[in-house]
Amino acid sequence: MSILQIIFLLAALATLFCAVKVVITTRMMHSAFWLVGALLGIAVLFAMLESRFFVVVQVLVYIGAIAILIIFAVMLTRKIMDENQQRMNQLWGLAFIPAGGVLAGLIYILSRWNAFNTTARTAPVNGEDIEALGKALVSPTGFMLPFEVSSILLLAALIGAIFVSYDRKGGGR
Amino acid sequence: MIPLSWYLIFAAILFCIGLFGVIARRNLMSVLMCLELMLNAVNINLLSFWSYLYGKDLQALVFVAIIFAAAAAETAVGLALIISVYRRRVTVNANDLDMMKG
Amino acid sequence: MSMETLVWLIPLPPLLSFAVIILFLGRQKAASHWVALSAAGLSWAASMLVFAFAIQKPNLAAAPILSSIAWLPVGKGSFNVGVQIDPLSSVVLFFVAWTILMIFIYSIGYHNFGQPAGSDDKPGLPPHGAEETHHHETHRVPSIEPLYARFFAFISLFAFAMYTLVVTDNLLALYFGWEVMGLCSYLLIGFWFAKPSARDAAVKAFLTTRIGDMFMLLGLAALYSVTGTLNYREVLSNPAVLDKLASTASPIAALSWAGLIGLLIFMGTVGKSAQFPLHVWLPDAMEGPTPVSAMIHAATMVSAGVYLVIRFYPLMAAGRLDGGQTPPMVAMAFIGAFTAIFAATIAVAQNDVKRVLAYSTISQLGFMIAALGVGAYVAAAFHLVMHAFFKALLFLGSGSVIHGMEHGALHSGDEVDPQNMFEMGGLFRKMPLTFWTFLAGGLSLAGFPFVTAGFWSKDEILSGAFGGGYMVVFITLAAAAFITAFYTMRQVTLVFLGKPRTQAASSASENSLVMTLPLVVLAVFAVAAGWSANWFKPFVGSMLGESGIEASTSLVPLITSLCVSLIGLLAGWLLYRGYEARQPDPLENILGPVYNLLKNKYWIDEFYERVFMRPAAWVANVLVSVWIDKIVLDGILHWIGRAGLSVGRFLRSKFDLPVINTGLETVFGQSPLYVGNGMKRAQTGRVQEYIIMAMIVVILVGVIVILVVPI
Repeated sequence: MSILQIIFLLAALATLFCAVKVVITTRMMHSAFWLVGALLGIAVLFAMLESRFFVVVQVLVYIGAIAILIIFAVMLTRKIMDENQQRMNQLWGLAFIPAGGVLAGLIYILSRWNAFNTTARTAPVNGEDIEALGKALVSPTGFMLPFEVSSILLLAALIGAIFVSYDRKGGGR
Repeated sequence: MIPLSWYLIFAAILFCIGLFGVIARRNLMSVLMCLELMLNAVNINLLSFWSYLYGKDLQALVFVAIIFAAAAAETAVGLALIISVYRRRVTVNANDLDMMKG
Repeated sequence: MSMETLVWLIPLPPLLSFAVIILFLGRQKAASHWVALSAAGLSWAASMLVFAFAIQKPNLAAAPILSSIAWLPVGKGSFNVGVQIDPLSSVVLFFVAWTILMIFIYSIGYHNFGQPAGSDDKPGLPPHGAEETHHHETHRVPSIEPLYARFFAFISLFAFAMYTLVVTDNLLALYFGWEVMGLCSYLLIGFWFAKPSARDAAVKAFLTTRIGDMFMLLGLAALYSVTGTLNYREVLSNPAVLDKLASTASPIAALSWAGLIGLLIFMGTVGKSAQFPLHVWLPDAMEGPTPVSAMIHAATMVSAGVYLVIRFYPLMAAGRLDGGQTPPMVAMAFIGAFTAIFAATIAVAQNDVKRVLAYSTISQLGFMIAALGVGAYVAAAFHLVMHAFFKALLFLGSGSVIHGMEHGALHSGDEVDPQNMFEMGGLFRKMPLTFWTFLAGGLSLAGFPFVTAGFWSKDEILSGAFGGGYMVVFITLAAAAFITAFYTMRQVTLVFLGKPRTQAASSASENSLVMTLPLVVLAVFAVAAGWSANWFKPFVGSMLGESGIEASTSLVPLITSLCVSLIGLLAGWLLYRGYEARQPDPLENILGPVYNLLKNKYWIDEFYERVFMRPAAWVANVLVSVWIDKIVLDGILHWIGRAGLSVGRFLRSKFDLPVINTGLETVFGQSPLYVGNGMKRAQTGRVQEYIIMAMIVVILVGVIVILVVPI
């Protein structure tokens, strides 16, 4: 067992533990913080995959924006949700079936794939070429179209979010 | 070294935990958070494929970048919707949202 | 216009008169009698023309006036109807035309045309007087018949039927006229329909003649089926056909076809001409107005019966060996002679002036039929013509008497039965014209020697019977002739001679010209017609190809008829000339208990009532109506209804409700509801549950794909 493997296992287990706690915890704030932990563990794994750029992006965007946003929303709706209320709905037993089924199915199918167990990496040792990525994102022969479409998506989401949560009764919030 | 399968299995487990949470959690916020877990599992999957098989190409990276953007957008909109629902129904309980019943 | 066309047109005017009166002239009295009278006059004129032509046409029997049309297509040929004027039908046409015309004229006066309408005269009842005021004096006068126009319509129809019957050349058209006359007799006998006795008499007449008609129809059908024709010339003038009919045996044992058909046709005459045993309708038919009695019982209807058998004499005599008798002739001789004496004996004990004449008619018709039965063909035809004249005269005369009596009753306020002879008397002073004409008719009926037609005709019959050696018939007919003379004189004496026995009789007065003129005309015929015997005999005798029976050279029949007639007349006069009012009938003393038997017509009506009517009524009222109809048929229907109902109920409870209602309803009605309600629960509206369902499906599909598709 090499160092990398141990680090992987540690990071993976930590992440999974945080993920389970996210799902199980009753109190929302706690759940949100566990989510942050899970996201950090994911970032570590990104690093282990030689994808330096996305480590940063993960921390900045996911943790810094999305998780914060979630925490804000939790804080906004905290009073409504009774802390002692049950955390799972009435079908939580039944939920094991799809979850387990999907897991089993995925693993089975993937294990039948012949490249399942490769250990050779093709990624550049120093990580990805960010300059090339940047150029590709804005070049017409590259990925400009998905880039522009995703920016439209963000715009739409922005406007939509404002519109949906607009309070008509007394001035906008 | 680390076989690809470890990453893939890890991503699958994370995905299923998130799936379980989406289905089973009562609070709408929790459903969103578990949904984030699922998206992250997808990201891991993609990057591990890129790292092991397609390292010379950029498509995977672009894909992941766009997933980040879409996740963020979706979270924002989802929260706005929850707040809107809360305003109308004074609840964030997923069980109570059954207006489409029947 | 040719003679044939004229013959076709003879029956037409009365038919048109009937139609016009019925359709247009329902209430108009003068118009209707002018229409009827002109129609009768037209037919009379046409008949006279035809008769005049016929008698001067040589060899009329072999070459009669013929005309026919193909009426009904049958098989390859057609059934022809047409007209035929041969010696027999020409003489019959002669007397029919005269008597009908006289009766029409007479009816105008009889029904009191020109008199006021009675205040309480109801249609359907005989009129009984109206109040008339002259110089502050009210007295009752005869009133006009309320249904005046209808009467003329009906007798016009009657005339049409008789003319048709006489001029036609085939048995089917004769039967048609026969039946229409039956209808008219019903309508006319029941003319005063509000009287129950008149209604009953009409039904009785119709039904009794119907019995005879039924047999006649069988005969008609048999004749057609055996020979294929009903035409007179093809059957009766055709020796080959007659021989074939006489020699072929019919299904009835011992009778040839000719005999069977002859007997059946004769039965029609028994009904229509009121021979025993179907004579019971004729006396009751006196319920009709007197012109009707004259018409039916003298001029037309009963004569039609005798005309039929005279016409079919060749058929009935077919196969006759020299001087012998065929079975129909035996039947005719027997029934005719029996009826003659039977009816004559009843006539002596009647006290209604019209009833005497009715039985007299029956008796005289018996004479004619007996004559045919012994082969005296020409004598029968001669007596038929003579009898028509004097019997019509007698009936119209009796009507005149009754009319005068009614007038007298109204005038004097006396309540008498105007038809009862015992309440009359002395009318020869009050109604002289009626008296002399009635006397002429009566003497003719009695066969007063030499000056009356009846003498000649009756003498012919007796000669025929005697000459043929039929002694039984001869003696019977002679006896009947004696009784005939007796009751005739009885009638004349009681009605006209002596002193009036009631107030009504003493106030009676002679009738108007319109009633007495026909009497005079008929009286002329009653006296003078007999002198045509020497012309008549060969003329009609040519119908048979020979003159029937040669006139007997013996004087016995002549002496016999002289004696019976004179002695009978004398006896009648002697017995009744001293009759006073309200005495019992002198005949009662002589006959004793037999008188009662005669007066009640041998109780035959009561016998028929008991033996035929009551069982028939029982069958209708009890057997058929209650047992068969109500109990059996209705029971079957009710049972079917109940069975249907219970089947329906059974099906409903066992099949309809459980299977259809419950089962199918459940399957097709309830199940979708149930399933839908069940499936509705799957849509909870909760996203998370939808996700579960989707995921489960995905897993299932994945399993299937993994298993099926080799990776």
